[in-house]
Parts: sequence; structure tokens; C-alpha cells
Amino acid sequence: MFDRRDLLKGAGLATLAATLNSTKALALDIVTLPFANGERPLVKYPQKRAMIGLTSRPPQLETPFAIFNDGPITPNNAFFVRYHLSDLPYNLDPDKFTLEVKGKVDKPLKLSLKDIRKMKATEIVAVNQCSGNSRGFFEPRVAGGQLANGAMGNARWRGVPLKAVLEMAGVQSGAKQVTFNGMDGPVSDKTPDFVKALDVAHATDGEVMLAYGMNGEDLPFLNGFPLRLIVPGYYGTYWVKHLNEITVIDNVYDGFWMKSAYRIPDTPNNSVEPGTAPKATIPINRFTIRSFITNVPDGAKLKAGRTTLRGIAFDGGKGIKQVEISTDGGKTWTSAKLGKDLGKYSFREWMLPVKLASGQFELKVRATGNGGETQPDTPRWNPAGYLRNVVETVRVTVA
Amino acid sequence: MQRTVLLAASLALTTGLTAVTAAPVNYQLPDEVAAFKAGPNLEVVQGNCSACHSADYVKTQPPMKDKKGFWQAEVTKMIKVYGAPIDDADVGKIVDYLAATY
Repeated sequence: MFDRRDLLKGAGLATLAATLNSTKALALDIVTLPFANGERPLVKYPQKRAMIGLTSRPPQLETPFAIFNDGPITPNNAFFVRYHLSDLPYNLDPDKFTLEVKGKVDKPLKLSLKDIRKMKATEIVAVNQCSGNSRGFFEPRVAGGQLANGAMGNARWRGVPLKAVLEMAGVQSGAKQVTFNGMDGPVSDKTPDFVKALDVAHATDGEVMLAYGMNGEDLPFLNGFPLRLIVPGYYGTYWVKHLNEITVIDNVYDGFWMKSAYRIPDTPNNSVEPGTAPKATIPINRFTIRSFITNVPDGAKLKAGRTTLRGIAFDGGKGIKQVEISTDGGKTWTSAKLGKDLGKYSFREWMLPVKLASGQFELKVRATGNGGETQPDTPRWNPAGYLRNVVETVRVTVA
Repeated sequence: MQRTVLLAASLALTTGLTAVTAAPVNYQLPDEVAAFKAGPNLEVVQGNCSACHSADYVKTQPPMKDKKGFWQAEVTKMIKVYGAPIDDADVGKIVDYLAATY
């Protein structure tokens, strides 16, 4: 069993060598995600450390899972990247950038980045997670980006409340939704542009934010520079990158990316019998609750005796109440000690010392939220591969 | 060239928030190395699919039991949903290539 962090250190050196001697984007190494056809190149992009390459055009990068053991905040250079459409604003000029606010407003706005930075700033620590995070584990498998558990990250976002900008513009009575469009777009004008919508009440809740800062720096280009939408507790599909167009509308937005894509079954657990299609669907919304062991990878060999398990948990915004660990395959559970509370939308660290005798063990981790929501023992299933939050299991050999 | 990009990127990072007054981004992706595997009608696939996305979109899809059905559905989705301008005569060739090669 190799140590993934050693692999990453080696990859860092390989990056330097590759950039000095070649203009090619060489695969630094190959990682194998734990599902069929899971081989991926480890790749190096500007502003990013070695990441798991899913696709190159548009760029999609997954965070190597070991990074989640380094702390509750995911570094900018390790934060996952997901795009749908290939025409990215690679040459955008931040000095000429304009955010337009229009539609059913009293006073349409055109704000420069400087205008936005002059407004009273606010910060929030919040997880962003791709709707398709962990899709590769679905059984039966489904089409789409085949991700392991690394299409998530937690950052301290800095910007202005969307509410403040909408108040400047003056939302007119009768407004129902607000739509968000970024500078990235399709290659063909026949492909639907990526536009998302939130209800007015949600858009003006004071938490939804226009962020220009991430962990004390500008947003990395591939994470939406110079401005992106932050929708705490909601899947990343709503966190529109390179955001430059906000439109208030008096109907429910019916564009492709809301009406047809990013839909989940309208059933009690937003789940259907594996392999079947739902009768009715709704737009994907809040995260399901999840937890992970981050310091012991699946298949690890441990020494008999005392060991401390560590990890993270998060949910859709109620906050984490409890994390429990089982070392006997789910028969008995022990509460872990929770780490510092960085806010109800943040990763919450946990740790638990355990004593393991020799043998084979299934370590399990299960979180419960302040709203009582917990993780299921058997996976949910839906045709798009969303919402995975089954209790995770790490198999270890102790000697 | 690659070296210049990395230097520019690290400078942008060290200047932090003042980067707002910096020059245009000029972000440069690494060269695209993913390629379609050799197979029947490869040139038809390269000509159609590569316009909008790289070959790794295909390569990373899961192994399915009904390969032909899976790839037929994917190609249909590209045409109907994403507006891919694929000639009717090419659709079967692309599906055959995908089902035989991936």
C-alpha cells in the first residue's frame, strides 16, 4: 500500500522537471480510482498542484483525496474544477470586467470589480461539492463524469451578499427568480448556455454571495475568477463561475440546465429502484449529509494497538451534530470528538482514538446533522448519479 | 513557454488581492494529450466529437453491458440536447466506433 502523500510529493518534483524541459502537459503519474475504468492521469495546471485529470477540454480536475486529511480548508491550488462548456474566458481582463444586473429591477446596474470590492465585504466558510461527486461508485454505473470522492472542497469565501446587490438594483414586485450566467459558454451556438436560477427568496436570504476572494487570495482562474456565485449548502451546479450577468425574471426559468439537467427524483429519498427512471423530478438542491475517514485509505495495513481515526463531515446547512465510528462493520458505534466549528456550511473535522487487535476490520463513519438527517446503510440510486451519501467503509488489515 | 505561464501564475498569487489591477489573465491550458483510440471510422469521430470536447470524455465512461445502447444514447444526447451538428450518415459510424473501441 503506497502512501498517497508520498506519491504527491514525488509528483511535485516531477512537475518541476517537466516544466523546465518540455512544453507538453505530461501525465505525471497514473492514479487508479477504486471503480472499473478508474485510471486517471495526475496532471499539473497553472495555479494548481498535481490533480486527478478527468477531462482536458473543458478542464475538469478532481482533488486527490489525501488532501482532505491536511485540514478543514481545501487549498485553492487543490480545489476541484468542473466545467460543462469549452469556451472559457481565458483572456478576460479584470479591469474591464463588468457584472450586469438587469431584468425586473428598478435600476439596472453595471458594476466593475472595483465597485464590488468597495462594497461592505462578508465572509463565509462553505463546502462546494459537485452534484456528480462520487458518481463512479454508482451501481449500476451511469453516464457522466466518473468521479471518486474528490469533487468537493471547503473554502473561506469573501465577497458581497447577493442581497445587497439586488437591493441596489431594486427587485420589482412580481419577480419570481433570479438567473445567473457566466462568461464561459458553448463552442456551438446550438448548445444551451450554462445558466442557473434561484428563487428570489433564496437569492435574497443574505447568505448567497458574490465572491471574489477564496482563502485570502483571488479566486483561481479555474474556480471562477474574478467573481463567482456562492450558494451555501447547495450543490456546485448553482455556484456559477466567471459570473457577469444576473437577471431578475417574473417566471420560473425554463432553460436546459434547470428544466432538463440537474434533476433528482421527486421521491421521499430522491432515490429510485436502481436501473429505473423516476416518474417526476425536481431541481437538485441541498447537499445530502456525508462523512469520511481521511487518514486511513481503503486497503490500508495498520499496526495493532492504538490508532487515531480522523476525518470530516458536512451537510446541506443544518450543521453536524454527531459523528459516529464503527470498527466492527456497523454492529456498534462510538461518538467521535468534533473539531472546531467553522460554521454550519463548513467541513467539520472529527477524531477518535480506537484500539485495534490483529485481523481484518471494516471501519465505518456515520454523521448526523442538527436536523436529524443521517446517512443510509445502502446507497441511494438515481439515473444521473447524484446525492451519494451512503455510510462509507474503509477496509483495513491490522497486524 | 510553460515555464513563463507558471511564473506568471505564481506572481499573480503572491500579489494576492492587488491582482485586480493586473493585466488580462491569459490563462493557458496544458496541451491536450488525450486522443481517441484507433478503430473503425476514427476520422469521423475525430471530425465530429472533437469540436466540443476532448477524447477523455469518452475514455472515462464506465464499462457498460449494452455498449451499443449506451453509446447510441450518448450520441443521440449530443445531437438532440447539445445541438451537435452530426450528419445522419455519420451517426451509425460513430456509434459503431464507440461500441467497438470503448
